[in-house]
Amino acid sequence: MSSWNEGRRPITIAILAMGGEGGGVLADWIVDVGERSGYYAQNTSVAGVAQRTGATVYYVEMYPGGEPHEADVRREPVLSLFPTPGEVDVVIASELMEAGRAIQRGFSTPDRTTLIASTNRVYSMDEKLALGDGRVDSNTLLEAAHAGARKFIGADFMQLALDAHSVISAALFGALAGSGALPFARETFEEAIRAAGKGVDASLAAFALGVEAAQRPAPEPIAATPAGSGPVPITIGKRPIDPAEEAAAVAERRRVEVAATDPASLVGPRLQAQAARIAADFPAPARSMLLHGAVRTAVFQNPAYSDRYLDRVARLAAVESGDTARLTTEAARHVALWMCYQDTIQVAQQKIRRRRIEGVRAEAKAAPGQLMNVREYLHPQVEEIADTLPTPLGRWVARSAWFGRVVGRLTRNGIVVNTTGIIGFTLLWAMAMFRPIRPRSLRFGREQTAIDQWLGQALAAAPIDYDLACEIVECQRVLKGYGETHHHSVESFTRLMTAADSLVGRADAAGTLAGLRSAALADEDGVALEQALLAISTAPEPAPAA
Amino acid sequence: MAERSFAHEVKKLRMGEGSRFSGEGILAVTKALLQSGVAYVGGYQGAPISHLMDVLGDAHEILDELDVYFENSASEATAAAMLAASVNYPLRGAITFKSTVGTNVASDALANLASGGVRGGALIIVGEDYGEGSSIMQERSHAFAMKSQMWLLDPRPNIEAIVNAVEAGFELSEASNTPVMLQLRLRSCHLYGSFTAKDNVRPPMTVKDAVENPSRQLDRIVLPPASFLHEKEKLEDRWPAAVDYIRSRGLNEVLGADGPNDDIGIIVQGGVYNTLNRAMELLGCSDAFGNTQVPTYVMNVTYPVVDSEILEFCEGKRAVLLVEEGQPDYIEQNLNAILRRAGSSVALHGKDLLPVGGEYTAAAVTKGVHAFLSKYAPGAAPGSPTLLLPQSDPASPFAPRVDASVVRTRPPGLCTGCPERPIFSALKLAEKETGKKHHVSADIGCHLFAINEPFNLGATTMGYGLGSAGAAALNSKDADRRTVAVMGDGGFWHNGLTSGVGNAVFNQSDQLLLVVDNAYSAATGGQDVLSSKADNVLRSTKHPIEKAVRGVGVTWARTVSDTYQIGRLRDLFVKALTTRTEGPKVVVAQSECMLNKQRREKPVRAKAMKEGKRVVKERFGVDADTCTGDHACIRVSGCPSLSIKTNPDPMRTDPVATVLDSCVGCGVCGANAHAASLCPSFYRSDLVYNPTRRDKVLAALRGGWIGLLSGGVERRAARYEVLEVN
Repeated sequence: MSSWNEGRRPITIAILAMGGEGGGVLADWIVDVGERSGYYAQNTSVAGVAQRTGATVYYVEMYPGGEPHEADVRREPVLSLFPTPGEVDVVIASELMEAGRAIQRGFSTPDRTTLIASTNRVYSMDEKLALGDGRVDSNTLLEAAHAGARKFIGADFMQLALDAHSVISAALFGALAGSGALPFARETFEEAIRAAGKGVDASLAAFALGVEAAQRPAPEPIAATPAGSGPVPITIGKRPIDPAEEAAAVAERRRVEVAATDPASLVGPRLQAQAARIAADFPAPARSMLLHGAVRTAVFQNPAYSDRYLDRVARLAAVESGDTARLTTEAARHVALWMCYQDTIQVAQQKIRRRRIEGVRAEAKAAPGQLMNVREYLHPQVEEIADTLPTPLGRWVARSAWFGRVVGRLTRNGIVVNTTGIIGFTLLWAMAMFRPIRPRSLRFGREQTAIDQWLGQALAAAPIDYDLACEIVECQRVLKGYGETHHHSVESFTRLMTAADSLVGRADAAGTLAGLRSAALADEDGVALEQALLAISTAPEPAPAA
Repeated sequence: MAERSFAHEVKKLRMGEGSRFSGEGILAVTKALLQSGVAYVGGYQGAPISHLMDVLGDAHEILDELDVYFENSASEATAAAMLAASVNYPLRGAITFKSTVGTNVASDALANLASGGVRGGALIIVGEDYGEGSSIMQERSHAFAMKSQMWLLDPRPNIEAIVNAVEAGFELSEASNTPVMLQLRLRSCHLYGSFTAKDNVRPPMTVKDAVENPSRQLDRIVLPPASFLHEKEKLEDRWPAAVDYIRSRGLNEVLGADGPNDDIGIIVQGGVYNTLNRAMELLGCSDAFGNTQVPTYVMNVTYPVVDSEILEFCEGKRAVLLVEEGQPDYIEQNLNAILRRAGSSVALHGKDLLPVGGEYTAAAVTKGVHAFLSKYAPGAAPGSPTLLLPQSDPASPFAPRVDASVVRTRPPGLCTGCPERPIFSALKLAEKETGKKHHVSADIGCHLFAINEPFNLGATTMGYGLGSAGAAALNSKDADRRTVAVMGDGGFWHNGLTSGVGNAVFNQSDQLLLVVDNAYSAATGGQDVLSSKADNVLRSTKHPIEKAVRGVGVTWARTVSDTYQIGRLRDLFVKALTTRTEGPKVVVAQSECMLNKQRREKPVRAKAMKEGKRVVKERFGVDADTCTGDHACIRVSGCPSLSIKTNPDPMRTDPVATVLDSCVGCGVCGANAHAASLCPSFYRSDLVYNPTRRDKVLAALRGGWIGLLSGGVERRAARYEVLEVN
């Protein structure tokens, strides 16, 4: 007797979700569909603590109906409470990493399983914590989803659910109906939703979108191609898999073409001279980034500041030796980012821009014309105020104990500014109007000196070790945050620059500096960087570069 | 108000003889209790039987009609002691709690109960929280049954079998004058299925009858010399009576005895039976209706083991496999003793072929049974499920198909908008301000999630309500800092007030005790406690925790009624950590559990919106332009709604912070931005529905003025920027 292998077995369905996503409701719906179709259905879950946003598994088994044989030991089919690796017919995953988990645990297998997974990502805590980019490669997960299932149905079911003002479980239920994995009619699924009686219309709308999405092919992973020209292989992971990011990538590619042929069209009327200079003096691959930088520096300060920006990048472009102009491109990126540092004037300007308020409205899903207030949570600190003032005044303020006390008392618990109110907007607007005196401010002088020093270091390295020069330029990436976080980042940056100095001439200099940069972005208290630096100082020095 | 309402489902409890009852396992248990003529029920919530308490709470009308007394016990010990009502009176009583933590708490009362024995049926329904998804230490209830000599039922995971076990449990208890434990495993509690109902039975004697006719039997009280006699009774009277009942009622089952492989056999705990049958199906020696080809003895009663049944089953067999989940291997030891004593030659296998510890999943049992059958009856198992293949075989379900580094763990954490998050943010900030790290003694409850990222606060957890006691020894007059203890309101009322606060006062402990008061026993599903703010028709609530701690002698106690004010809370922590006042310093941090709050407020708001009333919907957001992608906000908060997204700025590469649509506008983001001086990227958007005339006039004025000022800003920018080409 081998009834299992002859097909006398239940349909098995595992749902991998996070607590609070409605996985239990989905399992209940499926059981209802089964019972309506004359199946004997059972579901189990592990409730309790796993509900609180943790990953959890719901499991359903359904056995075709019919009376048991007189001699049978049991009157009802004996069903299992666990998904058995290799024996699961349908796996539903609410998110791409959970699909990966289903494959890792052997629930989804290429010989049997219909894998229905939402391709959106709900980032895990350790992906979110990193100072830099801690996200895992979605492309790898997508490859696994294709490799780990007999049939893979993938779409952004979360987005579909949001479009229908419903929850992801309804869209996934639709995908299950649309997948054809179960021998039940669509109407039976819809009846189950109606019978449950909660948010029926929205659920049915999301369900319908899910059914449709299941007919479309799942997104394909992008074949891996090594990127970056240096000796350090840079994996461009996290490739866009959702339509919005893909569209952005297409737009960026088009922009690069336009930048090479018609740069003047990418800047406003007062930056035409700068655009002409970019076209004339800089390598084509770097032009798009340079145009971005020119616009940004002009908006930050003025066209003269853009000229200063181009002068700076030009120094590096002069020693450019790579085919892809990596040094120039990265310099174009990082010099602009540093020159447009986030001071109170810049923040105020960002807050009052029209497109920003429009963005806030879109995110809040405000209807056209609907009233909305936007409140900023600001915490100006004495140093930030001193930084914005003309140098002598700023120095006095920074040293003044009295001023510090007054400001400290006023802002200890932060202030809330209503940008959509008359007073709040005027306050921020007035702050932004300080722009013309910025060049005389304390911080401005400090930043310009630091920028030149950094570029000088990169320039000095370039003839000896091109890749190291690129890495030095990219170290600007660690400069981020405000207040204390910014302080830490400056400390990390300084240590990176010191290390870079000592690395010049070493064969593995570029790779080592890249590693140190990752360490600097691994945590906030600098422990990882400290350890990485220690490891380098104790490691035997490799042979000098040829 | 509990997290899940069973108000709709409890109607099923009225079903009469012959109707088909479908529902979750715990609902079926409640129905079975009513069918058995139970007179009183109590218990303490906790996964996996929280819902059983919730069902009973929602079923109070039906219970009242039948004159069944029900209470939410203060602790598992209280619940167990409640069974004292069955010692002198023929009252059937049932209690329930999570095991093994609850069994530990209740063991004093259970031991006394078991010593004197019972006259009315006493049933202890334990939700065995073992294996995947469990939140407690991995131990077995079996030990408690053995040590106190209570009988342990372990029905197979089938609704009808569970319902029958409830009824049999009462009868067994009465037949042997012994309390009976009914063990429901994690998944059985949430198992969905159906059975044929019977009429509910009004208890032949009610609690009222007993109260009005008090009686006592001196020999049932646990005090010498009666207690010495109890031990003798247990061995000479109650045990044999239990064995007789189990045998005569056929509670344990022998299946497939006349099959072709009668020289081998498998013995299995009832709770693992379905898994075993699935394993045998996969191996090709059973089918979906349990028609096994290998003789199987199903122990629906796992304690006491019936010696005679074991010997009869093993008679004439070469080898037997025992499938016993968990460790130590109590049953295996027991069977070995029985078989050796009887001089049996059967080979007994168990944990030599099956995993020593851990949950017996279908995969684990399949491998074990396969190993057994391969050794003794290779022909009996023609099936070859892929899970038996080595991982290196490409057909194995475990063949590596995904890079392990991209599948990260996802432990449970605090919900979106949880009021406990700002408490731990504030504690972290207070530590930063004082410049000292503290030993933090944690407790059971949602607040225990603070041990993980991003808070990393908490070093031990010694048991429910024992957060303060767990810090008792770490109390030094010479230390330059004090120890921090955490306790939830649930743990506080469970025992923390006496075991922790009273103890700290008495011993003049210098600790800072943080009581997290979210107005519910939140981790177990939002049940009310004494300090709950809600009106509860059945229970007395609104007893402030601060009043209680002052009542036992705490002099330094402060209550913060809004935990989202991180700055205030931080300052208070700093004060509590630095004050010269002696004795424990107690901070009660109050804000309502967000899950419950949303459940209450969402419908109210939706209704107001529909009625045309002014409603403001708040949510937080992050300006991608202003955010520099350092994620400091995430490191201080950890909210599920605070996430990251690809940087929309083509010049920058690191992802920026973003607030997801699931944001409930609790305010933690803004408060953190302030208290931790984070960054100016956070904003709150207040969307106004059904604006008033004043709103509209103000908006027009504002729009005009802002348009005027921003016109200049935009005109200037337009000189440099062009609209993105697409």
